[in-house]
Amino acid sequence: MTELTRLSAAQAAALVASGEVSAVELTTAHLDRIGAVDGSLHAFLHVDTEGALAAAAAIDAKRAAGHHLGPLAGVPLALKDVLTMEGVPTTCGSKILEGWRPPYDSTVVRKLRAADVVILGKTNMDEFAMGSSTENSAYGVTHNPWDLDRIPGGSSGGSSAAVASYEAPLAIGTDTGGSIRQPAAVTGIVGVKPTYGGVSRYGLIAFSSSLDQAGPFARNVYDAALLHAAIAGHDPMDSTSIDAPVPDVVAAALQADIRGLRIGVVRELNGEGYDNGVRQRFSEAVALLGELGASVGEVSCPHFDYAMPAYYLIAPSECSSNLARFDAMRYGLRVGDDGTRSAEEVMAITRAAGFGAEVKRRIMIGTYALSSGYYDAYYGSAQKVRTLITRDFTAAFEQFDVLISPTTPTTAFRIGERTDDPLKMYLADLDTIPSNLAGNASMSVPCGLSPDDGLPVGLQVMAPAMADDRLYRVGAALEAALDSRRGHLLLEEAPAL
Amino acid sequence: MSTAYDEALARFEPVFGLETHVELGTRSKMFCGCSTTFGAAPNTHTCPTCLGLPGSLPVTNAVAIESTIRIGLALHCTIASWCRFARKNYFYPDMPKNFQISQYDEPLCVEGYLDVEVEGEVVRVGIERVHLEEDTGKSLHVGGSTGRIHGATHSLVDYNRAGIPLVEIVTKPVPGTGALAPEVARAYVTELRETLRALNVSDVRMEEGSLRCDVNLSLNAIGAAEWGTRSETKNVNSLRSVERAVRSEIERQAGVLSGGGRVKQETRHFHEDSGLTTSGRSKEQAEDYRYFPEPDLVPIAPPAEWVEELRATLPELPFDRRRRLRDEWGISVLEMQAALNAGAVGSIEATVALGVPARDAYKWWMGELARQANERSVEVSELPVTPEQVARIVALITEGKVNDKLARQVLDLVIAGEGSPDEVIAAHGLAVVSDDGALGAAVDEAIAADPDAAQKVRDGKVAAAGALVGAVMKLTRGQADAARVRELVLEKLGANG
Repeated sequence: MTELTRLSAAQAAALVASGEVSAVELTTAHLDRIGAVDGSLHAFLHVDTEGALAAAAAIDAKRAAGHHLGPLAGVPLALKDVLTMEGVPTTCGSKILEGWRPPYDSTVVRKLRAADVVILGKTNMDEFAMGSSTENSAYGVTHNPWDLDRIPGGSSGGSSAAVASYEAPLAIGTDTGGSIRQPAAVTGIVGVKPTYGGVSRYGLIAFSSSLDQAGPFARNVYDAALLHAAIAGHDPMDSTSIDAPVPDVVAAALQADIRGLRIGVVRELNGEGYDNGVRQRFSEAVALLGELGASVGEVSCPHFDYAMPAYYLIAPSECSSNLARFDAMRYGLRVGDDGTRSAEEVMAITRAAGFGAEVKRRIMIGTYALSSGYYDAYYGSAQKVRTLITRDFTAAFEQFDVLISPTTPTTAFRIGERTDDPLKMYLADLDTIPSNLAGNASMSVPCGLSPDDGLPVGLQVMAPAMADDRLYRVGAALEAALDSRRGHLLLEEAPAL
Repeated sequence: MSTAYDEALARFEPVFGLETHVELGTRSKMFCGCSTTFGAAPNTHTCPTCLGLPGSLPVTNAVAIESTIRIGLALHCTIASWCRFARKNYFYPDMPKNFQISQYDEPLCVEGYLDVEVEGEVVRVGIERVHLEEDTGKSLHVGGSTGRIHGATHSLVDYNRAGIPLVEIVTKPVPGTGALAPEVARAYVTELRETLRALNVSDVRMEEGSLRCDVNLSLNAIGAAEWGTRSETKNVNSLRSVERAVRSEIERQAGVLSGGGRVKQETRHFHEDSGLTTSGRSKEQAEDYRYFPEPDLVPIAPPAEWVEELRATLPELPFDRRRRLRDEWGISVLEMQAALNAGAVGSIEATVALGVPARDAYKWWMGELARQANERSVEVSELPVTPEQVARIVALITEGKVNDKLARQVLDLVIAGEGSPDEVIAAHGLAVVSDDGALGAAVDEAIAADPDAAQKVRDGKVAAAGALVGAVMKLTRGQADAARVRELVLEKLGANG
């Protein structure tokens, strides 16, 4: 039999369901894999060995008792450390939350438990999801399994590295400006940002409330669809959650047929500043989509050029407010409380000690952008740009069923390469930000290795809000064509760890 | 009134405005399912949302929205067809998120008025806005002598109150009331409280903080075109305090201005004991709350049909009701005002509804019962006596079973919890003695004890009978039917009344 950690989520679930493999065996195999390789990757901040094995044993017992099992029963999963899980340390990659154990499950975790998924532990991330390389974690950098000297993307870099390195077949990430899609692209896996409101944000520790969205990582499109279906759906605990049926993403992934589908290539998300290798793989993929029967054309979304500046006003503004609660009063870090200082002083000292440089930078930018006298010029203007970007999408979706672009302008860059230049770091999210601002659905699917450096390149598919199923149709079709052309899975080309 | 006050009014014209915070009487909090019951053990009515734990989200309480719209309608406001919550950002330990979910430039209700009556005149107080927000927790400063933060060794925070729905009702500036400003301010809060009570949206207990007032006041020289700088007095937590705070600020500001000084724009605190205000924090450098639309909540868009339905089902408003009852009961404006101030209108109305003549009902509730309530510092309606019991006592008087004096004793015992009027009368033998046999003996005794008076009566000086009647009443401990006693005295002495 294939090594258990090499199984897809669907295969693993089938083996557990048939009783050929127990959930405990499957979980143990993945815990062993983590033990073997995480020393060099540092994908996990916390491995919940005991909890994972207990959950696996419970699933095996459930099966033995003849109870119904979910479609992902027994499948191990890595959870980004930004989602609460009762009793399990949750840090958001920040010192300020060190030692905090949430007293409640996020809705995503509740749904994962209900689907009999086994949660292995919490993965590393840029502090409070602010970053594109996972270098902003207070707990150390995560390495890209394709090249340990390179970043795994960010902010969900722990989750992408865990899936790409076979530590887990599935992972949950969150995407505020590209934090699922960009890490998926640079590690050669599939990552999806569902429609805003498609997956509940209850228990997702907010960076930017109007942009944050949790979604799946997997090594193939179908697995991603299974996970997407497991976590999506209306939640009365989240007022922004959409009260409508979840698009049938699993059926779409199975269908994998794009004949007659109208695909628009976004002119503004390509060209100058993009690696040649990225452009080459992307244009090959565009041609392949045409060969598969889609009608491919070009579309202009002129306001996408302003997405980055708008994003860097809206997200910091919301973050400056969302992160105000970390004040040493009720939980987490407390510094300077020596009995002589006022509450306000302890708050200030703790926040100075507990937040990293990038988080502080964004809190400062956001505080400034919201302050009276500047609000209209900054936050107000950014919201107008956001509306214009949404209109660009609406117009483009009148002509095309989906839009595509490279997921990120470059392949994985080297650790340390951009840490001194925030603006250069921000460019990693150039292609992914528009979908967050508009709230529509978006996926990154691998489209080969760059001829320049042999590193993975991702193709981004964007669909209208609540048309997440289209992502899976396109992603699955492209994946199948590329796999069959290549004769093996892309990840098999990754170096052994 | 005091001369300082008269002098102030001779030179200056006061303009006041009131901001009233009302805790709604919803069963659950504004954005979570926690109980709103007052007086529970600290921090027992809390959950991730009202504690502002990382990842938690607010969900709007629909009943609170409905109550706020009903308040707006009762105050003749326009109800917004679309509005949003906003975050008010500032750091304080009793604010779990370090922002308060409130409303800023898009309040739910705008542009209304409330008519109030002062000394028989109707004054129309303009309402600027009515908006909905969440209450904060409550800080308890320990170790100091005053209970204030200054001098305290540490502070405790109770979050039971955090998240309780709070409606803020802001008046427009009220000019032109001159020396009556304190009375008008008090009458406004009284009328508002009655209105909220009629709507059954809050228990409006000022002593428990479910209705709290801030008083804004400025003075301008009589005839001046521009209004002066205003102070904002907090902590004004009884009807009497509203009146005193306005008066005290008029006197203080007049003193400052007359001395050639300048009134500072500042927050002041009212002190119940001294009736004076003291300076709080200065507002010269206005705090920047960095308001922005709350991204965790969707806009409120009350359908017009629903608003009309709420309008159609509003109860009769107290102002209209009092006018109607005044006519029905045949009492004066001032008598009605007194009943309103005593909180007795409802009790009188209920008693009248039981068939008691309005005059009698008024007399009992505003006489003996008002005195009792005053002694206990409660409202008349809070006394442990029901309209049914009062009606029974009036009936007993009419039937001649008790006289006024006995009736008061009966009421006292009813209030003391000794039972119903009939039970009290039986237990204490309080019924009027009108049995001629028993009375005859007492009359004989009185005549024997005062032969001079008896002789005078025999001589035709009927007025002298009073002394004998008084003696009989004394002998029967007041329980005799005085009219019958007089008849018996005259009969026995052969005189004709």
